[in-house]
Amino acid sequence: MADKLELLDILLEDARESTATISRQLGCDEADVEAMIEDLEGEGAILGYQAVVDWSRVERDHVEAEVELNLELDRETKYADVAGRIAKFDEVTALRLVSGDYDFDVTVEGDSMRDVSMFVSEQIAPIPEVTQTVTHFVMDTYKNRGLEFTDSDEDDRLSVSP
Amino acid sequence: MKLSERARSTPPSGIRRFFELAEEMDDVISLGVGEPDFSAPWKARAAAIHSLERGRTSYTTNRGMLELREAIADHVPRYGLDYDPETEVLVTTGASEAVDLALRALVDPGDAVAVQSPAYISYGPGVRFSGGDPLPVTTRAENDFVMTYDDLERAGAADAEALMICYPNNPTGATASADELAEIAAFAREHDLTVLSDEIYAALTYEDDHTSIATLPGMRERTVVFNGFSKAYAMTGLRLGYALGPSEVVDAMNRIHQYTMLSAPTTAQYAALEALESCDDDVEEMRTQYDRRRRFVISRFRDVGLDCFEATGAFYAFPEAPYDDEEFAEDLLQEEGVAVVPGRVFGEEGYGHLRVSYATGMSDLKEAMNRIERFLDGR
Repeated sequence: MADKLELLDILLEDARESTATISRQLGCDEADVEAMIEDLEGEGAILGYQAVVDWSRVERDHVEAEVELNLELDRETKYADVAGRIAKFDEVTALRLVSGDYDFDVTVEGDSMRDVSMFVSEQIAPIPEVTQTVTHFVMDTYKNRGLEFTDSDEDDRLSVSP
Repeated sequence: MKLSERARSTPPSGIRRFFELAEEMDDVISLGVGEPDFSAPWKARAAAIHSLERGRTSYTTNRGMLELREAIADHVPRYGLDYDPETEVLVTTGASEAVDLALRALVDPGDAVAVQSPAYISYGPGVRFSGGDPLPVTTRAENDFVMTYDDLERAGAADAEALMICYPNNPTGATASADELAEIAAFAREHDLTVLSDEIYAALTYEDDHTSIATLPGMRERTVVFNGFSKAYAMTGLRLGYALGPSEVVDAMNRIHQYTMLSAPTTAQYAALEALESCDDDVEEMRTQYDRRRRFVISRFRDVGLDCFEATGAFYAFPEAPYDDEEFAEDLLQEEGVAVVPGRVFGEEGYGHLRVSYATGMSDLKEAMNRIERFLDGR
């Protein structure tokens, strides 16, 4: 298990790391690394591998919003039922049940503010259990998935030092 | 202007030449860097900023802020060490100042000081600055660069006043176990040597926990331990270290310190206090990263055909060079833009080896190792 956790740690840092390099870092065979990755994928622990993109550096309009949802459930309906329905939309990139002033924290992405607004008002708000939506458009991203969205730190160390 | 004999007889650091060569070139991947590629933990940096905001820019007491000395005394029991923060701890401007103070406090003109070799480049000159004569104690690759009783005897260390050791070691990455240290300790006791133990890399060991020679029987009273914040907490530029030792030695060191440095930088002391109190997780994260890189680098060296012993501490690998280490390092730099440091810079037994720092991100390490492989293939 310890190796699996260490493997996950490496993949979280760089999911594109080659199995050859991972095996050297973990001090095990490449075949062992491949087997562990297969296990983790099979167990559903690893769901996928994605890039973290700073959209401000890409020539494409991209809008992201954090949407708070309040729900009113009846005896027959659970949070998971409503969540299952909302999660199906491609525009929804993250959906979490949270504690506090609202129930669901939804991340919605689209090409324009109009797209996102229309999606929330036409697809999410009409869901019978949804009683209120509050949409917060993301103005700028400074950090996401543990990565700071700034110019990368230059290595200003002396090239050779004691 | 007439320069002192001491200044005239001190050669420039062997590292300097490689630094200048590397600086002139573009696209150099440097594996010649003896400092972490991480920044100091943000909490420590924030504490430094906060101390400045509150205008804490005065001197501290000569020995260092009492709360920092107390935090140091609370920290070192993890290595089995127990020191009184009032009288046995001295906060210095980097561990380098601590080494210098100890040498000046303990060495009289003409005294021989046995110095581990290969080792950090400053020890020999430091002994000379104190008026002493450095006596190299050569450690051997076949013993994984751990000093043995025989090494000490062969070097004539019995006649020395003091012995300078460093584990985990720069440049070899060697660590010493309690049993191995016991041999050195036995020699020191038999020949009444004071031991100066530089343990700046204590937090960076990968196979076993760090053992301090001062914890062995009869050693506390004859040992001065050096440590600091540069390596473990990636705080090289904040220049903060400390010495631990019997109160009479620490007193003597402090007497010199109060006339020279006066006190260690105040801002850095606040950063260090925070580092000790809340940055263990950051240290562990850095140690984990170094450990992975260590395994990667050593395994790559072995695959490309360079013998490399299992370095188990600090952040250096010490592979054998396929030919003259200085020529190899220069050729590698000129042809492939990879900077490594020739082992000879660190002492006689370093000849034929290369110091390779893995305090560099994985992507650069991968590229550097690919270039080294290409370089060797082309020979």
